[in-house]
Order: sequence, then C-alpha cells, then structure tokens
Amino acid sequence: MNAESKLTSMRDAIAQHVPSGSMILMGAQLEQMIPFSAGHELIRQGRRDLTLVGPISDILFDQMIGAGCVSRVMAAWVGNVSAGVGYCYRRALERNIPRRIEVVDYSNFTIALALQAGAMGVPFMPTYATLGSDLLKKNGNLREFSSPVSEETLVAVRALRPDVAILHVQRADAQGNAHLWGSLGVAIDGAKASRKLIIVAEEIVESAIISSDPNRTLIPGFLVSAVVHEPGGAHPSPVQGYCGRDHAFFREYHERSRRVEDFEEWLSHWVLRVTDRHDYWKELGLARTSGLAVKEHALSAPADFGY
Amino acid sequence: MTHRSEASSVTRSYTFSELMVAAAAREVRDGEIVFVGMRLPMLAFLVAKRTHAPRAVGLFENGIIREVPSSELLYTMGDPPNILGATQCGQMLDVMGFLQQGRVNVGFLGAAEIDRFGNLNTTWGHRNNEMQRLPGSGGACDIACLARRTIVLLAHDRGRLVDRVSHITSPGFGTGADWRRKHGLPPASGPSAVITTLGVLRFGHDGEAFLASVHPGVSVEEILANTGWTLRVAEELVETKPPSDAELDAMRELDPNHFWTR
Repeated sequence: MNAESKLTSMRDAIAQHVPSGSMILMGAQLEQMIPFSAGHELIRQGRRDLTLVGPISDILFDQMIGAGCVSRVMAAWVGNVSAGVGYCYRRALERNIPRRIEVVDYSNFTIALALQAGAMGVPFMPTYATLGSDLLKKNGNLREFSSPVSEETLVAVRALRPDVAILHVQRADAQGNAHLWGSLGVAIDGAKASRKLIIVAEEIVESAIISSDPNRTLIPGFLVSAVVHEPGGAHPSPVQGYCGRDHAFFREYHERSRRVEDFEEWLSHWVLRVTDRHDYWKELGLARTSGLAVKEHALSAPADFGY
Repeated sequence: MTHRSEASSVTRSYTFSELMVAAAAREVRDGEIVFVGMRLPMLAFLVAKRTHAPRAVGLFENGIIREVPSSELLYTMGDPPNILGATQCGQMLDVMGFLQQGRVNVGFLGAAEIDRFGNLNTTWGHRNNEMQRLPGSGGACDIACLARRTIVLLAHDRGRLVDRVSHITSPGFGTGADWRRKHGLPPASGPSAVITTLGVLRFGHDGEAFLASVHPGVSVEEILANTGWTLRVAEELVETKPPSDAELDAMRELDPNHFWTR
C-alpha cells in the first residue's frame, strides 16, 4: 500500500467531517445501503441544523428529523417505503414537533440532475420534468428557461454541492477506492458532487482486489475523506450480497413512531443508549441477525482483464 | 388501499385489489417499456409478463432494468430479489433518461388525490380541515410528465377523486386540452387510465376524465356518488372483465398471502 490509510471509526469520521449546519447527502442508493449507522452517530453527537439531501430516504430522514437534528430537507420523498408515512416528518411539518423544518420538494429525476450538475461542475442541468407542476412553482432551485438551441421551454435544475456525502458500499480499500453494485440510484454523481465523502464498507480489501475489476470501482479514492469499516451499518436496509432487508423492523418503527412518546422511547432504545454499531448489532440479537444473512450466494461470472 | 368484500365471478372469487391488478396488467402491451413502481403495479407488471405481454421490459427508478420479474414478493424495489437476475443495474439517471427520451410506453402511479383532469397530489392532503403532509413526489412527477401513457391506481371515494387537487405534484391534463403542450410537456404523453376500486376512468380529447368501465357488482350511481365532480359516463360503457384464471394464478403465486391485494 503506497497511500495513507483513511480508515477510522464512525465516531471519529462524524466528529471530524460533519459539523452542525452541514448539508449531507444520504440514502443515495434509495432503499438499499442506507447509512443508518452514520445517521445514528450524528444523532448521538447532537448535530443540529442539518440539511438532508436525498431522493428518498426510507426511515433514516424521519428518525433524524424526530431527533431534532434537521432544519431543512431537500428530497423527493420522505416516509417509510414499505409501511407508509413518516410520522416524525409529518409532526415536524404539521405541528413543528420537535422543531420547525423547511422542505424543498424535488422529484427523483430533478434531485438526480441537481447532483449531476454538481458532479459535472456546471450551474444547472436541463429537463422537461416538473413542467406544469407545483414542484416547479415552489422550489426555487427549479427555474423555467427558453432553450438557446431550440424553440422550447425547459427547467433548469440548479446544481447541488452537499458538504458531505455518506455512502454505504460493499467493499473498499483503505484509501476509499470502492466497489459497489446492485441499486446505484444517485450514488456516483452524489459522491462526485459532494465536497467531502465518507465511505462505510462491509469489507475492507487489498487495493489489488479493487483494481482487479476496475469497471466496478464506482468511487475513486481521491474523493474520499474517511473510510469506516462497519459491517451491518446499513441495517435495516439491505446490502446486496451481504445482508437482507429487515422488513419487520420497518413495520415496528411505523408503529412505534406514531406517537411522539413512543418514538422517543424507540430513539432511546435503538440510538441514544447504544454506544456503537457493534452494540446495536448485539441488541438486535442472534435470532434476528441470522435471519438476515445471505441464504444463497450468487457470484457473477469473472471478467477477463488480461491481454 | 381500501378493500371491499369479495366479488364473485363465475369461476373463482377475487378481491377488488386483484381486479385492479388484472385491469392494470391489461394496460401493458407486449414488447413495451414499463416504469413499474411498487405495490399493485409491481404485481400488474408480473401478471402482464406471465400472460399477454411476455416481451415487456420493466424499469425501476433506482436504475434496475428487468426482463424477467423477480421470483419473490417485493416490499420495495430495492429488495435483494429485485437485483438478483436483473438485466441491468444502472443509475437513476439512466432510466430517467429513457423516460425523457420518450422510450417509456407506460408508467404506473398511485395517488392520494386525483382530479377531473388527471392531476395528482401526493404532497399535501387534508383531513378534518387540517393540512396533512404526504410523502411527496418520488418519481411520480417525472413519470406523469414524461411517460407516453400514465396509469393511475387508487381507492375510489369523494375524498380522493376531487374536482381540483389543491397541489399538483404530478401533472395530468392541467385544466384541459392543450394545457400540457402550453407548459412544454412532450407530445403524446399524459394520463391514459385511472383504475379505481369501483371502475376505470379514461380521458377525452378535452383532457377531462369519463367513466369507461364499471367493475362487476358496482352501479354507475355508486361511482357517481363517490366522485367529487360530475363525472361524465361513456356512451359505450362496459363492465370490467373479471380476472382470468391465468391472471389470478400469476398474482397469487407471487403474493400468496395477499400482502398487497387484501
């Protein structure tokens, strides 16, 4: 290994790279590989006034809003994908509990284009999406303009450059060169658009493993500020090839976040009283975690890079 | 989705959700590119593939393209069985690009509210005069703007089928004919059918919905009474065909416990 290792603990990665007031991209791979352990560490370290960016977030954004960490959400969808609404999100918007938050409503396509513009280093990307909708009327980062090359009206989607992106991946080397596969969503553009990047990996591997399959290296290490080795850090969301989706956990959260008192108890049990992801995994218990293990591996055919 | 009592066909009984899935499946033509979505549309895509549209291709907004449907029930499109056996796992912008190019023939959407011109609201609802925050667009606005045909599935009641939606999350025909063109939306796009728990609505050249089909056992009066505007009725009104054995077999094989079709 010829470069300095960026391996660190989740606690230190969050402490060093994500201050209060940050704009953070999480949930870039949609329902897979959501960095719950990073979100929980942000809650434990008492971050405030965060801006959360993501297409959909499943229940992670809901939890962080309920914990009072968030002042603004820039997203296409916030809720509980398999169970329904996000109660903390609703309480914040309808009743300012635990605090008032601002929402900037995007569609999936337009949040993806905002990150692509950030990744490309241009001020906006054009699209026909959202024309005629109230998203276009209410979101100041979507602006109609006349095409300079054709007789058309389009929407300019203003570039987003989050302060930090947090991505969960299958494997990375100690410099942050990362392999990820399965549900990609907006992860690649999101990583490039962000000023800092924290990689959370199921496995840390030798650099030779990464360079053996360079088409699967979707994140080059020079973008990466910190690498955290945290197997199971995405629970209850799935990681293809490593961990299944804990559907029951999402259902339980739905029930236990309906009332604010129950949510606070949930938060205390699963986040505040937990010291780290290892502790959380013990709390889940063997019966639950063994049920999430991969039942049948399905390896892809190797690609021949020889010449 | 609200669920009504079991309706009966000559041969087998089925739920209204199952009837909606079968009706949605029939909107897919063989060889078409379909933006799938979750819940009932996911089952509808599977039924279409297993019956009349074996060459249909499914796109998912997380970037997945599937020619062979998942072999297990999905709770979300990111579930591991939806990735195993996929044709391609690309980025969201890859599939959204296909949508914007006009390559996507049909997209499925759910909604909290729909109005007489097929505009959808999934952002702010009302209950007992209080504003209620809904989850938002997700990819719905994109599909409604860009898919050649959009099929909407929702429960049929006056609170959901309203004269004017209070917030246009996903545009239908706006205020009527020519509205989409004036706003710059692509030609040959927009809502094609609204499949409810009571019937099927389609759209006239003026952009306004009309009742095209009533489900077995449902009266036109019941539908009109449960619609928040004066709904026009087709001169050649038909009865929705009950799910066939092949359609029921396909959806029950994937969802034997009726998780999505209770």
